[in-house]
Amino acid sequence: MYQIVSKKSLNPTVTQMEILAPFVAKKALPGQFIILRASEDGERIPLTIAGYDREKGTVTIIFQIVGASTETLNHKKVGEFIPDFVGPLGRPTHTDGLKKVCVVGGGVGCAIALPVARALHAQGAEVTSIIGFRNKDLVILEEEFKACSNDFYMMTDDGSYGRQGNVCVPLNELLAKGEQFDEVITIGPLIMMKFVCAATKPYGVKTIASMNPIMIDGTGMCGGCRLTVGGQMKFACVDGPEFDGHEIDFDEAMSRSRTYADFEAHEREETCNLFKKEVQ
Amino acid sequence: MAAKFNMNPLKNPMPAQDPEIRNGNFEEVALGYTAEMAIDEAKRCIGCKNRPCVAACHVNIKIPEFIAKVAEGDFEGAYQIIAEDSSLPAVCGRVCPQETQCEGKCTRGIKAGCEAVGIGRLERFVADWHNANCNVQPVPAPANGHKVAVVGSGPAGLTCAGDLAKMGYDVTVFEALHVAGGVLVYGIPEFRLPKAIVQKEVDNLKALGVKVETNMVIGRVITIEELKEEYGFEAVFIGSGAGLPKFMNIPGESLKGVYSANEFLTRSNLMKAYKPDSHTPIQHGKCVAVVGGGNVAMDAARTAKRLGAEVHIVYRRGEEELPARREEIEHAKEEGIIFDLLTNPTRILPTETDNPRDPSYGWVNGIECIRMELGEPDESGRRSPKAVAGSEFIIPVDCVIMSLGTSPNPLLKATTPGLETLRRGEIAVDEVGKTSIEGVYCGGDAATGAATVIKAMGAGKIAAKAIDEYIQSK
Repeated sequence: MYQIVSKKSLNPTVTQMEILAPFVAKKALPGQFIILRASEDGERIPLTIAGYDREKGTVTIIFQIVGASTETLNHKKVGEFIPDFVGPLGRPTHTDGLKKVCVVGGGVGCAIALPVARALHAQGAEVTSIIGFRNKDLVILEEEFKACSNDFYMMTDDGSYGRQGNVCVPLNELLAKGEQFDEVITIGPLIMMKFVCAATKPYGVKTIASMNPIMIDGTGMCGGCRLTVGGQMKFACVDGPEFDGHEIDFDEAMSRSRTYADFEAHEREETCNLFKKEVQ
Repeated sequence: MAAKFNMNPLKNPMPAQDPEIRNGNFEEVALGYTAEMAIDEAKRCIGCKNRPCVAACHVNIKIPEFIAKVAEGDFEGAYQIIAEDSSLPAVCGRVCPQETQCEGKCTRGIKAGCEAVGIGRLERFVADWHNANCNVQPVPAPANGHKVAVVGSGPAGLTCAGDLAKMGYDVTVFEALHVAGGVLVYGIPEFRLPKAIVQKEVDNLKALGVKVETNMVIGRVITIEELKEEYGFEAVFIGSGAGLPKFMNIPGESLKGVYSANEFLTRSNLMKAYKPDSHTPIQHGKCVAVVGGGNVAMDAARTAKRLGAEVHIVYRRGEEELPARREEIEHAKEEGIIFDLLTNPTRILPTETDNPRDPSYGWVNGIECIRMELGEPDESGRRSPKAVAGSEFIIPVDCVIMSLGTSPNPLLKATTPGLETLRRGEIAVDEVGKTSIEGVYCGGDAATGAATVIKAMGAGKIAAKAIDEYIQSK
């Protein structure tokens, strides 16, 4: 059993939790993920690691409430336990030797982009951060990003905060005026990552995208997380989760990510109703 | 007085759920012998001198001796004889391919028209009788002060852990998933091997003093080297299995509705997706093609059937070549699984719409296959299948399950410097399971590639003995 040691609501649909998991905290690196179950009969949810404290033995996760399982997790209180928390899984982000990097995060993906930006900043790299949200209410981790960025851009789709537009707007401007990045690292919705990769491709800037497909075990066993990268089948759990964005078949990944969309919508509704009943 | 031997040429049939009823539920198919049936069947063993059955068993259970006890009605006595050599009798009685092992060599089954003694059925009866009637907890052996780590809690790991614990070792089993049991839990369905039986075997090990740590992906969270250097384990046994699924590399394998058998079975078995209230989804296909002819293919096909589908087994060779256990093939046929033999998929076809916003976009809509014919036998002795030109046809399916075998998980190879592997990723071992690293042993599918439960148990047993010798000689 793994105890929840802190919990914070970052916005109405995104929650941050710190989980006591010393074995995981000891080995975790930016870019890796964990799998948890929020209840004894719950599904296995993969979440990318948002932070870790080796001294305290804790791992930070940030999740969006999208389905029944994340809804259940969000109802857990500080001091309570979750039954399963396994990791670190996948390969860590490759940051060695990078001197000038652009980190592009979207929505809850910013939670995963942050430790990458921090690690790069800590090794002395020049970090440009571009983060985007649908609107002002959904903005998370602004101060944290500013603290580890040499250059910072805040974007909202509706212009209610920062600049109006998506993350590709400043990225395109920077590339057009000749900024030379060693690498662009992008984490966020599939559609956003697809467009980020399309933006960098003409400039030949190496672009890494962090994928979070459907998976069960996270150790290479189920093959549910398979992606087509450079025409080859890859498993996100063991070969990734980060891949060369210019090689990823995003359309296929987007289609596969919707496999259980109907089931999930129904499940979430059922779970919400259950919690509503509890409140009454 | 009853006759000493039962000279009936045929086995007592196994009572089973009616096929038309069981293909709609997940309860166990075979119901097991009654005591009367077991005694009657046991009397078919003539206690022949050669005992070919014993040599044909990977763990060399003293089969004639245990059967003699059953014939006497001493079921606990029979159990104790089996337990000397096997740590998972309730499992093996259900899932061993007896027809190619003990029963395949039985003297009673040599003559045409005669069947072997039902050794597997008797083993199952004895183990179930013991579990139902005997509540004596196993007693831990006196501790010898040596620590051994076991990676993986499938049949190889559980057997190795049990044998070492009985010798007094302080054994910790590390399991990557959230429950122990490995393939017995995630792979083999409830209707063939009830999970309560596996849990009972794991509980027995815990009673022997074995510690089971779930959620531990060895290689990532702790490396093999750290187990030895930092955590003080004097030896490590790797029983990490062959979990990596294979695909065919044909067009359409990334469509929604295409599963590896591993994923389909893991969803159903481990995550209980077959239950209506499960939080883990699984596709309830209308028409499902399962590609492959092994036990896993039969398990996947019968699971899909129980979820309400019309199911086709698509296999490139013929009936004779089907690698699955005979009983599974018979059960599958009885349950209404359609066998499309000498048939090989060429591509999986998508739904027609090109619009990604259409909810029906990107799903399986059919599987194109080609007819095969068998040529001359190859080096393996099996007749190799060849495609019949121009014979392509389409089976209209909405779900495809690829059951083409699995290869060893590459994680330990990737994270353990100096661990030598063979061509297909199998960990290289000698005859007692010793790897290229001192104090590190391996057995089961991780060393052999996908094989059987009993073969893995045999390897776990041999390695336990080798580990004991290694530690005692230090």
